[in-house]
Amino acid sequence: MFTYYLQLGIRSLRRNPILTLLMVIGIALGIAASMTTLTVMYLMGSDPIPWKSDKLFYVQLDNWGVDDAFYDDGRPPDQVTYRDAKALMEAGKADKQSAMFKLNLPVQPENAEIKPFQSLGRVAYSDFFGMFEPEFAFGGPWDRRQDAEHARVVVLGKDLNEKLFGGADSVGRTVRLSGTDYTIVGVLAEWNLRAKYYDLTNGAFNDPDEFFMPYTTGMDLRQRSTGNNSCFRSPGDGWDSYLDSDCVWQQFWVQLDSPERVAEYKGFLDSYVNEQKKLGRFERPLNNRLSDVNTWMADQRVVSRDVEVQTGLAFAFLAVCLVNTIGLLLAKFSRKAGEIGLRRALGASRRDVFAQYIIESGVVGLTGGVLGLLLTGLGLIGVRALYSQYKTVAQLDWTMVLLTVVLAIVAAIIAGLYPTWRACRVQPAAQLKI
Amino acid sequence: MEIRPIFSALMRSKVSMVLIGLQVALTLAIVCNALFIISQRLEQMNRPSGMNEADTFTFGSTGFGQGFDAFATQAADLALLRQMPGVAAAAPTNSMPLSGGGWSTGVSLQPQQKTPTTSTTIYIVDSHAIDAFDTQLVAGRAFKPEEIERKDFGDRLQPRVVIVSKALGDALFPNGDALGKEVYLGEGPPTATIVGVVDRLQQPWTNSDTIENAMLVPAFMPYGTSTRYLVRTEPGRRDEVMKEVEVKLAEANTGRIIGRMRSMEETRRNAYSQDRAMAIILGVVIVALLGITALGIVGMASFWVAQRTRQIGTRRALGATKADILRYFQTENFIITTFGLVLGAILAYGFSLWLMDRYQSPRLPWHYVPIGFLCLWALGQLAVLGPALRASRVPPAVATRAV
Repeated sequence: MFTYYLQLGIRSLRRNPILTLLMVIGIALGIAASMTTLTVMYLMGSDPIPWKSDKLFYVQLDNWGVDDAFYDDGRPPDQVTYRDAKALMEAGKADKQSAMFKLNLPVQPENAEIKPFQSLGRVAYSDFFGMFEPEFAFGGPWDRRQDAEHARVVVLGKDLNEKLFGGADSVGRTVRLSGTDYTIVGVLAEWNLRAKYYDLTNGAFNDPDEFFMPYTTGMDLRQRSTGNNSCFRSPGDGWDSYLDSDCVWQQFWVQLDSPERVAEYKGFLDSYVNEQKKLGRFERPLNNRLSDVNTWMADQRVVSRDVEVQTGLAFAFLAVCLVNTIGLLLAKFSRKAGEIGLRRALGASRRDVFAQYIIESGVVGLTGGVLGLLLTGLGLIGVRALYSQYKTVAQLDWTMVLLTVVLAIVAAIIAGLYPTWRACRVQPAAQLKI
Repeated sequence: MEIRPIFSALMRSKVSMVLIGLQVALTLAIVCNALFIISQRLEQMNRPSGMNEADTFTFGSTGFGQGFDAFATQAADLALLRQMPGVAAAAPTNSMPLSGGGWSTGVSLQPQQKTPTTSTTIYIVDSHAIDAFDTQLVAGRAFKPEEIERKDFGDRLQPRVVIVSKALGDALFPNGDALGKEVYLGEGPPTATIVGVVDRLQQPWTNSDTIENAMLVPAFMPYGTSTRYLVRTEPGRRDEVMKEVEVKLAEANTGRIIGRMRSMEETRRNAYSQDRAMAIILGVVIVALLGITALGIVGMASFWVAQRTRQIGTRRALGATKADILRYFQTENFIITTFGLVLGAILAYGFSLWLMDRYQSPRLPWHYVPIGFLCLWALGQLAVLGPALRASRVPPAVATRAV
């Protein structure tokens, strides 16, 4: 029966091509607008590391000025100081931990044909790789011993390895960064992070890091981070007083494998800050935070307000399109009163009529969904053109393709409910007399 | 016009009326709010930075290796730049309007003030800065060459003289007499004396609450081995000079990297790319929405015309003119649209309240809604015109024919 009704539906839609086209275009446009914005919003906010996002925690300590909160709503600073990062690393109380910051260094290629260029990378501890789990194409991370030895080693990102060595296995070779040679111990495979969640302060949608260097080695360069630095009072003159200051410029992540470990670590942070208070630091009330990956992404508004507003408006637009479809289906079905009366008089139950017209609505939805999918693809191309930094989030994936078609069919069926109900109430007798 | 019969006819097909009304209502609500957001973005995008953006470009230089002398390089680069043909002015600066990254600090009137009076961005520049930014000096003077202090990166700036934007001067001294006054940067002392006021110079951040507050600080301070230059060319020669500079500076010193040349026009485009994108996306939504609503009206009206062909014929047979029929459908549309618009006005303010509550956006100005009324009335009339004309051409003879 289903296939028969499907055929009937398709035939009926062909009979009024203009009305059908209006309905299909309406659904397709509504679906395309809402799916384009929803895809961007969903991919921006989606969990980047679902298998362990509840075990990775971002550390915030409130070392800010006594009368002036870092954020107006009282949240603590989004980064930590060097001295606190150092103390937390030395304590080593978490299962894995790494302080890190962003660093820009000049690269001087061996190959004289490639001109020296700037490269944006990151200094971090070896635990970085264990925590965030990037895949390696060649070699692997450095180890904790090399962290302690300030080893001159480096892990290259895929792009930098491509640029310097044509993508070949470069493990064991050296790369010269700002006048010093570093031995390559590993090369990452393509690391497609939708949002660079481990450093949200410095742009969630910036390009991936091009190299990674041990934190201890990086600190020896006595270079400030290329990322954000905030101070609530002057750090004083020179590098050493900067390291001693209350300026925040580093990120600190820990991995805690069980809820008990989380509670322990919270206790440890509180006692650390209370110790520091005795030294005259941390004048504000105790306000330490441990945020897991998704909490931190929400806190830092990875999904921008504009994208949320766009999605809200797009769904309101879909509502208009549905109301439009209801009207048009109503118009269409009520023209069929005679036909329905005839079917009912010949013995079709209300149920049969209902099934027939709901399936016809579903066919409109399916057609609208397929066209909507094409338009969503175009919409996402448009979004990528408008927002160059959203390359990684303006992509259709299979979940979204499926969701688009399902949403379109469901939307059309919902729109069809009322018109179908009306169609079922046709009295056979009233239609059959001339 | 005979509103009553139209009205009672409408009451017999309430659902269709409700559907079109609802569509018009949602359309009004979305269009008003979306247009308001667009106008806010356009207003932001049109704020002048205070610089000459047409003829100015910027680039960075980063040295490598241990022996690199950033001070000597900066002095040599500036000397080279200033004698190049086509260059009107050149100055070092740590940052500039619209660039998105820079320094900011609190400014106070008292030493150790608990909360600073206001905050400002700092442009670390030399005596050529006003000329390079091409902003208007409205009071006082530019920096003198001997006031440019050499500072190692990481040292406190502690300037003795500063130049402020007029907005910053007025924020600190509301009487407009900032010139000659002393202020504290950060927690101070020492104090800095305001020796000049420029008409306008924006901060690097387009979303800053204090975007018009800027301060020029005289110092010779490379950022590690990096420096940034701002170059203003003679009118119309920017692109040609830009290429020339890139080659000449790279040749002059091979121990460093010359970064990409970036015109101020490009910088502005990047700075407002999100706002532009938002405006375009909302614009597309508005057009699509109006299109769908118009098509919906056409579809429903065609259906009604088809349904009422016999009645129209009867009316025509009883003496109604073509114009009467036309007017009938137009009045009907007007009534439905008006119902929708009244509901839409409530929805529009509802949306606006939601945006205010969740995103701290300003309240929807009152005039958007009446203008929206006019536009949607017009849209409704245009959309119904086709079906209504078709109705008016129904011949009276239809009435006499059997179905």
